[in-house]
Amino acid sequence: MNSNSLTNGDELSLSKALSVVESDRISARRLISSLPEKHSLVVGVTGSPGAGKSTLVDHLSLRFSESAKTAIIAIDPSSPFRGGSLLGDRIRMSRASRSGKVFIRSMASRGLVGGLSPGIYDAVDLLGRCGYGFVIVETVGVGQAETDIVNLSDLVVLVLAPGIGDDIQIMKAGIMEIGDIYVVNKMDMPGAEQLARRVKSILEFAGIEREIVMTGAVEGKNIDKLSDLITGKLNKLKKNGEIENSRKKRTEHAELNAALFAVREAATEGVKLEELIECLQKLREGE
Amino acid sequence: MKRIRILVAKPGLDGHDRGAKVVSMALRDAGMEVIYTGLRQSPSDIVNAALQEDADVIGLSILSGAHMRICERILELMKEKGIAEKPVVVGGIIPHGDAEKLKKKGIAEVFGPGTSLNHLEKRIREVAGDK
Ligand SMILES: Nc1nc2c(ncn2[C@@H]2O[C@H](COP(=O)(O)OP(=O)(O)OP(=O)(O)O)[C@@H](O)[C@H]2O)c(=O)[nH]1
Ligand SMILES: [Mg+2]
Repeated sequence: MNSNSLTNGDELSLSKALSVVESDRISARRLISSLPEKHSLVVGVTGSPGAGKSTLVDHLSLRFSESAKTAIIAIDPSSPFRGGSLLGDRIRMSRASRSGKVFIRSMASRGLVGGLSPGIYDAVDLLGRCGYGFVIVETVGVGQAETDIVNLSDLVVLVLAPGIGDDIQIMKAGIMEIGDIYVVNKMDMPGAEQLARRVKSILEFAGIEREIVMTGAVEGKNIDKLSDLITGKLNKLKKNGEIENSRKKRTEHAELNAALFAVREAATEGVKLEELIECLQKLREGE
Repeated sequence: MKRIRILVAKPGLDGHDRGAKVVSMALRDAGMEVIYTGLRQSPSDIVNAALQEDADVIGLSILSGAHMRICERILELMKEKGIAEKPVVVGGIIPHGDAEKLKKKGIAEVFGPGTSLNHLEKRIREVAGDK
């Protein structure tokens, strides 16, 4: 794999490089650091299962691709038993997929207790260096993956829909705190208005000031509005320099996550915990 | 054992994907990463998805009877896109004679009705080079 074909936009090379990212972290880091540093704007899309995230991402990616190269990473959980995974987000991304303008990659979370694997941070890094201006990361907003998406993204869109869980569940999940923009999708369904009002009052009560957008992803309703709101906020982050903090946060969490992952891998592969701790101790003492 | 990524696609116009879904779930339970792309995929949709996903194996479920034409087109496009080395397996209602013809054309394996999930998993691991 040579770095020229990667920076020239060859999809096959990118696809192979992403497989390296997922399977062999050391080679992946070597490959990534051979490419000039460049960053994407990273938009995390998360929220309740079945709320319409993939359908929204399908539309949004096409909008974004009008101004810069755009990629989607669609993450689904790995099964805790044999580590398999059913990656089904592509089903709802046929517009973006057929347009030939958007690169879509499905990834299993493979993470620690439901979180995201370090491969996902490296994938985002790689896509930035390959010239992708936008990366949209879709993940189901449950458990650890939900905090990981905040650490990974420059901006988080939280998607809710009527008929999927009630507001108590939303609050219990703690999920309300993580959105930079709130979307109430399925505005064509009964209960959408009511859900939007509830979200508004929960946010007001918590003293969180955020925009709430109602969308109809299947019919493509209010997609422009949402897309403009996202790009407007991203531009503001770039202008006021906050994007730098966001990138720093991403790098720090990528490293922390990789370290945790390496320790877990060692432990599951039978390395004795005492020896591992002893090794770490020695490293810290600089031996 | 390496983590196998298999793309499961349903080419053609018929609307039955129960079989493809059941197989997808079984392969997931066997520890594979299954990318399920849904109904009514054109050969170019499938090849494009296989390329972007870097699937180790492409699995097609074909019930429409148009297996010859669909498989030929997919193999042709895979060559064009530089991913001819990826094994393609086909499941569905394929007459025995056609199965032999498909294999001659470059399809790695054909699974008829009544294939056990054990056999399916084993053969997919074999064609993926994970013996
Ligand atoms: N009525 C209505 N249905 C919608 C709308 N948006 C999405 N859906 C449907 O909701 C279902 C789930 O949509 P997805 O886009 O797959 O939702 P998701 O949040 O990505 O789902 P997971 O990734 O499985 O959590 C599909 O059947 C969509 O067609 C909408 O605006 N209105
Ligand atoms: Mg989805």
